[in-house]
Amino acid sequence: MSTPDRSGELLVIAERVVAMAKPGEQVEAYVSRGLSTEVRVYEGEVEHFVSAQSEGIGIRVIKDGRTGTSYCGTLDPSQIAEVLAEARDNLGYGEPDEWSGLAEPDGVAVVPQSLWDDSLENTSTARKIELAKLLEKLTLAGDSRVRVDDSNYSDAFGEAAVATTTGIRVAGRENGCYLSVGTLADDGDETQTGFGFAVGRNVDELDLERAAREAVDRATRLLGATKPESRRITVVLDPFVTAQFLGIIGGTLNGESVVKGRSLFANRIGEVVANPLLTLVDDPTNPLAYTATDIDGEGLAARRNALIQDGVLQKFVQSSYSARRMGVAPTGNGLRGGYGGSPSAGCLALQIVPGLRSQAEIVAGIDDGILIQQVQGLHSGVNAVSGDFSTGAAGLLIKNGTVGAPVREFTIASTLQKMLLDIAEVGGDLEWLPMSATGVSLVIHDVTMSGA
Amino acid sequence: MIDNDILERVLAEGLRTGADFAEVFASDWRGTGVGLDDGKIEQLSTGRNRGAGIRVIAGDTTGFAHTADLSEAGLMAAARVAAEAARQGGGGTKVIALTTQPSRIVSPIKIDPSTIGKAAKVDLLRRVDDAARSAGGAISQVSAGYSDGRTRIVIANSDGLVAHDERVRTLLRVSAVANGDAGMQTGFDSLGHTMGFELFDKVQVEDVARAAAGRALTKLKARPAPSGSLPVVIKAGSGGVLFHEACGHGLEADLVAKGASVYKGKVGELVASPLVTLVDDGTMTHEWGAIAIDDEGHPSQYNVLIENGILTDYMWDYLRARKEGRPQSGNGRRQSYKDLPMVRMTNTYVLNGEEDPADIIKDTPNGVYVAHLGGGSVNTATGDFVFGMTEAYLIENGEITEPLREGNLIGNGPQVLRDIDRLGNDFAMGNPGTCGKDGQGVPVGDGQPTLRVKSMTIGGTAS
Repeated sequence: MSTPDRSGELLVIAERVVAMAKPGEQVEAYVSRGLSTEVRVYEGEVEHFVSAQSEGIGIRVIKDGRTGTSYCGTLDPSQIAEVLAEARDNLGYGEPDEWSGLAEPDGVAVVPQSLWDDSLENTSTARKIELAKLLEKLTLAGDSRVRVDDSNYSDAFGEAAVATTTGIRVAGRENGCYLSVGTLADDGDETQTGFGFAVGRNVDELDLERAAREAVDRATRLLGATKPESRRITVVLDPFVTAQFLGIIGGTLNGESVVKGRSLFANRIGEVVANPLLTLVDDPTNPLAYTATDIDGEGLAARRNALIQDGVLQKFVQSSYSARRMGVAPTGNGLRGGYGGSPSAGCLALQIVPGLRSQAEIVAGIDDGILIQQVQGLHSGVNAVSGDFSTGAAGLLIKNGTVGAPVREFTIASTLQKMLLDIAEVGGDLEWLPMSATGVSLVIHDVTMSGA
Repeated sequence: MIDNDILERVLAEGLRTGADFAEVFASDWRGTGVGLDDGKIEQLSTGRNRGAGIRVIAGDTTGFAHTADLSEAGLMAAARVAAEAARQGGGGTKVIALTTQPSRIVSPIKIDPSTIGKAAKVDLLRRVDDAARSAGGAISQVSAGYSDGRTRIVIANSDGLVAHDERVRTLLRVSAVANGDAGMQTGFDSLGHTMGFELFDKVQVEDVARAAAGRALTKLKARPAPSGSLPVVIKAGSGGVLFHEACGHGLEADLVAKGASVYKGKVGELVASPLVTLVDDGTMTHEWGAIAIDDEGHPSQYNVLIENGILTDYMWDYLRARKEGRPQSGNGRRQSYKDLPMVRMTNTYVLNGEEDPADIIKDTPNGVYVAHLGGGSVNTATGDFVFGMTEAYLIENGEITEPLREGNLIGNGPQVLRDIDRLGNDFAMGNPGTCGKDGQGVPVGDGQPTLRVKSMTIGGTAS
């Protein structure tokens, strides 16, 4: 969310619902509306052009500690009345929870973000198609072994508002555009895949050359890859892989998991949980972050929270519910998956404090290791409650300080607890990626590689 | 939901810019969800989403627009946007005459969940919580979710088809945490069918709760999984996801057409062990992936994909079938009215073999027995896939012994299919799944008898 929408129309709808609260009720209305375009190009022609519009409202009612929710995918006033009635009816089936409640304004100042660019609205359809075609062309020109699976342009415009009986009244809007290309590289019978992407608030910010170059590089660098021998090894995670790893770590530093007895790190505030090289911060107020925002999904100001400082656990991210239950200050981390969902605690924009050396300098100091360039199956092989970590991977072997042969069809495994302590270096090559965590090269010792 | 004469006018509007095909997909979904966590019913939520997606195809270009406004004006506006997106010069007026298809029922519903009181749904979860916590003193946390949904669908296209469908699905999910000396472990189980509330007349929710709790408790004693290549025996009804990932996605005609599948050009060739016959079956009554018609209005089918190891056919949607001048296979599916249809699986399974599953284990001196799988994913172009084992044991000297901690298995689809060397006679379907492709999730089922893969890479940490 960002600066108020011009019309304030959504906030008016949300406030109208809140005004219908009965005595003793807490009511929250979340209203959103979005517009998006997606163009897919294949072999120089438009394969599809999608124009999408969506809107909806979600209402939460809390009374005597019981919560009921209801939602619907339209802002038709007669439907909204039905949604409120349903939410009220539903709360009769919830069980009282003494910590239930909506967020309350906590006086933390909003750090304004610029999340909207008017020029994107004025971009012609022809220009959007041309960008996707150009990206396909640039990618194909990069290497004769490369084919393009699809080249895509998409943009999205979203507005949202939250109002509550506790005094929250916020509205904002955000837009952005995205280019992506999927590649296939062939060598004899073998095929490998890659992808490249570019993001921006307007089309002039999209770096097509880089997207094309990365898509070619990702697909071709694995050609000829073999399956490595199983052994314990030092891994260097590429920035893109580190960002995915940090996303998992962020998921464990969550107040809701703590209060519900599912956190690896419960009762460990103030203890060393990682190598002192690691400082991990959730900071959506940094405008460089792709997921920068000024307000969280419950309407509180987004803020900077240091989670791990020099290896020592500092705090967990909180929703207003988990903060109240843990007896700590809110952190502004209520996340919302759209009008149909209730807010829950989560990281907004994780950043690792970078070290000094480049990836090449780091690799030069490793005798036997592996540079992990992609991972597969994090969702099926990582258990954030037990800490077991196992993922499919591909990358390049490192021998005597230089990267060599590509390898694939193997896994790397350890536990999250052990990996944090086994961090041996944080690279200086900070990258802002289109996801909720930044990337740097990250060196981790003593990881099990399973292959042949 | 929408009258035929309105549909006819909307389709004609879609063709005005010279397109050769127009389609309306309208749906109205209503659902209920109940969540229990930490010993309490946290909330009950009800929702409704309805709208229509309009697809217009001109040559190789598809235009698509959707709207939540099901009035004639709303539909006409979306049709104009879609038609403009697929503009192909020309234009003109076409008259559409729709013929309503006889309705088809694959999964008859006895008790529409929307007629059941909310209290009865809440009660199911209370029973789940009690049963899971009673399964062992080490169970420290339980979360569970109940959900049901009923979708009414109308599909009409400019070829004159109009088809109606009504889909009811009911789902229960249970997740338990057990706390022991070596930390916490989790266990999960779920139950989902294309049927109404009568589901709970057939299955006791306590059994689902105990299965989830049992997995968490078993793993408290687990040792790290091995690292490296070993024979893997997969229990009946737990490894269908292997076929879903190892070859199912690679047999989707849209991926094949773009050369993004290792199975391209392999029809008629031996691609798997001769033991394997693989079917995708949308008609399998009450299964999670069952559909009477696909999301393009085509009746669901029983499609043999691999017969005795030989690749017989791919799966098809309208667009790919039209391009290649062949029949559709009932595999055109979409997540909602907001999405374009694609080639998707329904219920994908391997037919029974002949062996007693006990013999398969007995004949495996050393290996891993996988009794429950988590999710998986595949790169269809390389065939490399992974899936997570959420309940597994060592096999030592032909016997199932110690439980193992979680980890991924990794393999290459074509290689693993060839390496299936034993197949049991104890076919079972697995847990309900959600298959993701290009950002869209659809309900799918899978199943298989007990089987053995000669060698797979196990991604554990024990040497």
